[in-house]
Amino acid sequence: MDSELARVLGSVVANATPLVIASLGETITERVGVINLSLDGSLQLAAMVAFVTAYASGNAMLGLAAGLIAGLLVALLILFSNIALRQDQVAVGFVLTLLAADLAQFLGQNYTRIPGPTFPTIPIPLLRDIPFLGTVFFNHNALVYFSFILLAATWFVMYRTRWGLALRAVGERPAAAFARGTNVTRTRYLYTAIGGALVGVAGASYSLAIKAGWANPAVMRGDGWIALAIVIFGGWHPLRVAFGAYLFTGLRALASTIQQTTEFPLVLVNAVPWVLMILTLLLVSSGLVERLMLLSPPWAQRLLRNFLRSAPPVALGTQFTRE
Amino acid sequence: MSVEVRHIHKTFGAVHANDDISLTFADGRIYGILGENGAGKSTLMKILSGFYLADSGQILIDGRLVHYDTPRGAIEVGIGMLAQDPLDVGPLTVLENFVYGQPVGPLPDWQAARRRFAELAERLGFRLEPDMPVERLSIGQRQELEIIRLLALGVRVLILDEPTTGISAEQKSVLFASLQRLAREDGLTILFVSHKLEDVLELCDEVAVLRLGRLVGTAVMPVTTGELVAMMFGQALAPPSRRAATPGDTVLEVQDLFMASERVVMRDCQVCVRAGEVVGLAGLDGSGQQLLTRACVGLARPLGGRVLINGVDMTGRPYRDFLAAGVSFGAAGRLEEGLVAGLTLAEHFILTDAGQGWWIDRERGRQIAEERIAHYRIMGRPDSPIETLSGGNQQRVLMALIPPAPRLLVLEHPTRGLDVESARWIWEQILARCAAGTAVMFTSADLDELVTYSDRILVFYAGQVTEVPDARSVTVDELGHLIGGQRVGEEAGR
Repeated sequence: MDSELARVLGSVVANATPLVIASLGETITERVGVINLSLDGSLQLAAMVAFVTAYASGNAMLGLAAGLIAGLLVALLILFSNIALRQDQVAVGFVLTLLAADLAQFLGQNYTRIPGPTFPTIPIPLLRDIPFLGTVFFNHNALVYFSFILLAATWFVMYRTRWGLALRAVGERPAAAFARGTNVTRTRYLYTAIGGALVGVAGASYSLAIKAGWANPAVMRGDGWIALAIVIFGGWHPLRVAFGAYLFTGLRALASTIQQTTEFPLVLVNAVPWVLMILTLLLVSSGLVERLMLLSPPWAQRLLRNFLRSAPPVALGTQFTRE
Repeated sequence: MSVEVRHIHKTFGAVHANDDISLTFADGRIYGILGENGAGKSTLMKILSGFYLADSGQILIDGRLVHYDTPRGAIEVGIGMLAQDPLDVGPLTVLENFVYGQPVGPLPDWQAARRRFAELAERLGFRLEPDMPVERLSIGQRQELEIIRLLALGVRVLILDEPTTGISAEQKSVLFASLQRLAREDGLTILFVSHKLEDVLELCDEVAVLRLGRLVGTAVMPVTTGELVAMMFGQALAPPSRRAATPGDTVLEVQDLFMASERVVMRDCQVCVRAGEVVGLAGLDGSGQQLLTRACVGLARPLGGRVLINGVDMTGRPYRDFLAAGVSFGAAGRLEEGLVAGLTLAEHFILTDAGQGWWIDRERGRQIAEERIAHYRIMGRPDSPIETLSGGNQQRVLMALIPPAPRLLVLEHPTRGLDVESARWIWEQILARCAAGTAVMFTSADLDELVTYSDRILVFYAGQVTEVPDARSVTVDELGHLIGGQRVGEEAGR
């Protein structure tokens, strides 16, 4: 009853979920001025921890919680060494990328290729029956629905609430945030923790939903770096970041379809999403978009400004000390 | 609301920045806080506004002792400060900046905030677009936004730290009018920190003068400039004398220059600077002066036109060719472009003067450094990292790095942020080179400096250049209007 296209798009939405959650988490962390470079490792670690916990307890929710905590701890470790130990965020993050990935391999080696609990598909009543859209959006597991809510909530909090003002201000100009009574250190810890927890959830959604089981991290290897690139592609704006995650997953699906149906060399096909990603990154960061925006009428500029801005948060990766 | 500080002490390392300062400020009055760089006026204001905590001393508000150690705490007792570089968040809009920090719930009422903002802006005569990102505003507009924001927070004591640096004459008169209204009508206490005497004379009711961390005196207006200068420096200072201009051959010639930046397009710009001549470039930041200075030293490539040095077409040639032709350049960003943070004084001199061989000749570098430190009276040692020097001493190092007699000397804001005495010293150095036949071109936002030291002034307004052929015939006021976009000879009636 579903069209082929709807099913393909539905699977893109499902497969994009970890990328959407991870890149939104990283967006939140970076908007508050902290760069969590460890994504590629912490995703694997969270996936492993989530699966092992779920397997041992027989409860997928417990697994999810364990994955969340793993992601949260790695992120907090980066910020702690930055604030308390005065270490560089990028350096610590990079070391943790390698450490977390190897730790996942090592600790998870006895749990590979065994079945465990997963998040079941829960079609949403009524909405599921909408033709086309029902198949694309409303026939998924709970984590996919969570990513929808997360996207809307991130945007709303960031741009419509007092908390969002503080979040953005801390990442742009901590001194100004401090002058207005915001506790810069506490705000950074809070949103880094939230961002890290989301990376943990993203990791868990690999092993508990997308590719059930802790088999071979090759499924996700590289995705952490992709999520980091998607944040840049998305100009640190949650909606554009999510769009980037779906776009990339779609391109990947397209590449694998081409690979199955044509004689086109496999290696080249696999490279297509990456090449397109680089091209779009170039397009976004060349200032071309900004220039195009200047040509549009004022009301459109106002609408597009937040959405098309592609400058990183000014205080990204820096430390804040009170005078 | 009256404020009293009693016996305030604050030390930074060995420096006694505030030494037993006691002052009282009554409501409804505007106070000028005067002093040269390092006099301790900023420290005192930062203590009042909660950025620093005094080592000892008391702050009383309406006779009641108050304690706070954050800017937020200062706001709660009614004291707010407008920092020299307004503490706002660039990518946020005007309205978002206004709302952020106000006592609102998690979900601000944006419509109500918009109305309140418009109301306050209207009353003060400020015109601000609420949906504009703050990074697109001028410094003057950002100051207006901060004032509105602080008033909305219920501030009764408003501190302004060097607010007239980098704003136009127009914006200054709007600012002064609004400050006067706030003091007279609303009874606010206004503390106006400045090193510009004429601003203090124009605006303030009373002045307090600090020198080397101590309060040296207070006075009620009217006071003469001479009296204030004497209080600030312990003696009256005369500007270095200008010799009569006897220009020589043309050193720099700019023909039909066409350049563009994000903010301004400059067409058909013609400039000629002769040996022994000082040409001042006036205008608001980003009106085209920087495009010209950068083109004349080979750091920016013009879109059209020609740049001739000593009659040789240098258009599009690299910076090192300009250096070889005898051009010297002092950039606006001292630490960003002029000096190398992390290198010592000696290493700077090695880089410019002893960098010929393969190996670093440390001994020779130290010798040069010691000579120059003595000659240029720099407060520092050969092994001091450059970033540990004060702004005035960094500027002295920049001067020391310039060869003794370049053909053309291009300087951007040579005395920005320096006190009167350091500025005077820098100009002695520049004029000495000028007397030796160097052609000098400089940009400045200080109108007095332009009028005092230039032979001719080129006024930039939105990429248009107007020439004032004899700088001595123009007053600071006239120059201010030219910078604001009026033409020469046009009626200055507003």
